[in-house]
Amino acid sequence: MANIQSVNEFVIKFANVNGTGSASANNLFAKAVFRMGIPVSPKNIFPSNIQGLPTWYEVRVSEKGYLGRRGGVDIMVGVNAQSLTQDVQEVEPGGYFIYDSTKRLDPRLLRQDINFIGLPLTEICIREYADPKQRQLFKNVLYVGALAALLDMDFTVLKDLVSDQFKGKEKLVAPNIHALELGYQYAQDHYSCPLGIHVKTTNKTGDAILLDGNAALALGAIYSGASVAAWYPITPSTSVVDAFAKYCNRLRIDPGTGKKNFAIVQAEDELAAIGMAIGANWNGARAFTATSGPGISLMSEFLGLAYFAEVPVVLMNIQRSGPSTGMPTRTQQSDVMICAYASHGDTKQVCLYPSTPKECFDFGADSFDLADRLQTPVIVLSDLDLGMNDNMSEPLSWDEDRVYDKGKVHTEADLEAMTERYGRYLDVDGDAIPYRTYPGTHPTKGSFFTRGTSRDEFAVYTESGEKYVENMQRLERKWETAKSYVPRPEIIPGKEGGCRAGVIYYGTSDYAAREALESLTKAGLAMDALRIRAFPFNSEVEDFISEHDLVYIIDQNRDGQMRSLLINELEINPAKMIALINYDGMPIVARFIHGFIADHQGSLSGGQTGEQKTGSA
Amino acid sequence: MSFIQPTFRHPDLPVNDVGFTKKDYEGSLSTLCAGCGHDSISAAIVQACFELSIEPHRVAKISGIGCSSKTPTYFLGNSHGFNSVHGRMPSVATGANLANRDLIYVGVSGDGDSASIGMGQFAHVVRRNLNMLYIVENNGCYGLTKGQDSATADVGSKSKSGVANLYTPIDLASVALDLGATFVGRSFSGDKEQLVPLIKAAITHPGFAFLDVVSPCVTFNNTPASTKSYEYVREHLDASGTFDFVPMKQEITTHYQPGATEQVHMHDGSVINLHKLNQSYDPRDRRSAVDAMFNAKERGDVLTGLIYIDPNTQELHEMIETTNKPLRNLTEKDLCPGSKALDTINESLR
Repeated sequence: MANIQSVNEFVIKFANVNGTGSASANNLFAKAVFRMGIPVSPKNIFPSNIQGLPTWYEVRVSEKGYLGRRGGVDIMVGVNAQSLTQDVQEVEPGGYFIYDSTKRLDPRLLRQDINFIGLPLTEICIREYADPKQRQLFKNVLYVGALAALLDMDFTVLKDLVSDQFKGKEKLVAPNIHALELGYQYAQDHYSCPLGIHVKTTNKTGDAILLDGNAALALGAIYSGASVAAWYPITPSTSVVDAFAKYCNRLRIDPGTGKKNFAIVQAEDELAAIGMAIGANWNGARAFTATSGPGISLMSEFLGLAYFAEVPVVLMNIQRSGPSTGMPTRTQQSDVMICAYASHGDTKQVCLYPSTPKECFDFGADSFDLADRLQTPVIVLSDLDLGMNDNMSEPLSWDEDRVYDKGKVHTEADLEAMTERYGRYLDVDGDAIPYRTYPGTHPTKGSFFTRGTSRDEFAVYTESGEKYVENMQRLERKWETAKSYVPRPEIIPGKEGGCRAGVIYYGTSDYAAREALESLTKAGLAMDALRIRAFPFNSEVEDFISEHDLVYIIDQNRDGQMRSLLINELEINPAKMIALINYDGMPIVARFIHGFIADHQGSLSGGQTGEQKTGSA
Repeated sequence: MSFIQPTFRHPDLPVNDVGFTKKDYEGSLSTLCAGCGHDSISAAIVQACFELSIEPHRVAKISGIGCSSKTPTYFLGNSHGFNSVHGRMPSVATGANLANRDLIYVGVSGDGDSASIGMGQFAHVVRRNLNMLYIVENNGCYGLTKGQDSATADVGSKSKSGVANLYTPIDLASVALDLGATFVGRSFSGDKEQLVPLIKAAITHPGFAFLDVVSPCVTFNNTPASTKSYEYVREHLDASGTFDFVPMKQEITTHYQPGATEQVHMHDGSVINLHKLNQSYDPRDRRSAVDAMFNAKERGDVLTGLIYIDPNTQELHEMIETTNKPLRNLTEKDLCPGSKALDTINESLR
């Protein structure tokens, strides 16, 4: 059997039972590799459950910097009896299966083409620890220690991480390091270390950070001055507001009084959550809510009100697998359509599609400027993959000179100086964006009635069809104005002189798409690529499509929603738009993108076509 | 709307402490049916705000959907208003209040808006003790959709359709009391004497103040067999007592006999003089208030007046410890932690 030989380029997966403390041990492993200067991309694959069901943690280690899922597993740490069969099967030929050898492995599970490495984790823990809870917890730390030996990890890095992790709880440091040492020693004594697959300290992480997208969104909101957060708990968005609370409690306490320069309200449901965010924005504070698919359905009525009454509001949608409750702890990009056209009647909503934690931070901040500038909802569409996993990212940065763009708001002085009649919905500047006033600004001028019913330019109720149409047309012109404000797409040229085929993708397909584009180039199939960052689509998107004969659109949903949105909005011939979809709840992988495009290109030139059904295996 | 509101006002209209006449508190001409109870409530709000010497622009009016929710257009024309979504006024009011704790929030809702589609938000705004006046203009029916029974209609009550209501009613005042509301009152749109001081006390109350105002629907639910008709309510009114409200700035002069009047001191120095009809009933005692409501219901009466008050209460901002300054007035300096703090955060993530 040929063992896989690889330094700093592999996939390792941990199969655990949820609720057993494995998450922090697995994190420790990923962070240690990261601190050794090697790019990592950990993914938590967890059930909708608190205790007792299978959970996996997959780490892509890639010195080359590939951060998407690759597909396949080189090393499996299989410590969950429930999923052993499937876990053994998943290992690539020549790979390794590490297991708890306290109990003999069922011989039916054995494979001849992979290596089995037994560690008597339970036995060691029973010998070393009296407390049943510790016996469980340290099993996880023990295998991390063993991995340090098997993969030649820097043990000092692990020890430092443990010290960092238990800052303030110092008495936990020594027992954890002891467990690491036990594992390390066992592996050293019983196996020839390191394995063919191992790590080596390098400097490929630069000044990068490891951060989840949800915390990055929360920090963006804090930096751009959001002071009101209203929300209702829902996976995978909950940690947005958790992080907002955590960092606000650190960074937003008034030094004089000890009081809070922010307000967080856990609402009774998503309807109330967005109602509160709209009420606060209407009254001049920056406010947001965070939710996921089912919440978007519930918020749709209010989104229509905010669109029509022109109240800014920021909504962070951390997408998960739908429809209905779907697979609530798996990822997808399946709210593209419902967000773009949220609510009844003719509505269109500004959407942003971040790809990295850095972009979550930037869009988290920009969304408030955009919402205030355009006086309309702005929906940031992240997903579970980006939101809940640590992603390697450029560090966050903030321009000290940045001033919040609160958009067109008349102050008391403006109103005082005004001789003409104030009209809330008058298009004074020709960009279709009218002027707001905040409640309580001026004793006799500038008040108006905000309503979801039709009204004239002065916010007076009307049932005149002519006035209604005028207003709807202005909203449509405002949508045109929005195109010049939203983030432009990122264009990645395939080769000099351009390519005939292009690839369009957005959000978390970024990492896998980039890797696939590189490998396609190597295979002689170079393609230009465009990453959409916002809806409405700006002119670059339209130009890119018209400049290419054929465009692959990568969507992580069944119906190719972004493809449909592009076809509908830009009136493109669907024949040239090839849907490349993955929607099994796992992030799309580079091998699938490569395979799909290579096969499709092959079929065009009359070559053999292959069948590839699933996008993430 | 083709009506033009007359602009003429008597030149010698009285001016209040902050320099406004009653006219400054009026709104657009009402488009509700002639004789609608809701218009009397709007007039009472105008009177109360004028008498309290509130600057009109310091009030924010928020409503849901329905006949009652239309009324904020018809009072306080110099205040901002927000006619939001059916049943969702409480959430919009909550957000608005969080953004600026210095304004006065008047929420107007109806029995459909609060007791049916908005029951959830109603319950939760009570729990949060949001500092606002929440008025339900309660006519027992859906007016705008032509008279269907609402959830506050009594069993057996017949609207214009002549069909008796089958389902037990939701008494919003009882629900509010049960959920811990810190101010609960009930009145009748036709009883201005009682309604105006009640609104004044409710606005002054530093927390959630709930007023259930029975307000007959003259078009669809003013039949002899309806329990929300003018005739029925007038015959079954059972006042908990009479009272007057003395704002902070006025000298307290009471012409009642000592011993007959009890004073409730509000946080800002205002005083409510209570003249209770039943000496065993104490509106500062929740259990006593619940009993009084229950007893009246058993008799088939509509208990009105100040039903319950807890003048020393903590509203939402105090509970969640927000800064005293309105959040919306905070600037980059207060809100943005700056790039140095971000460097520290970056460092913690390596």
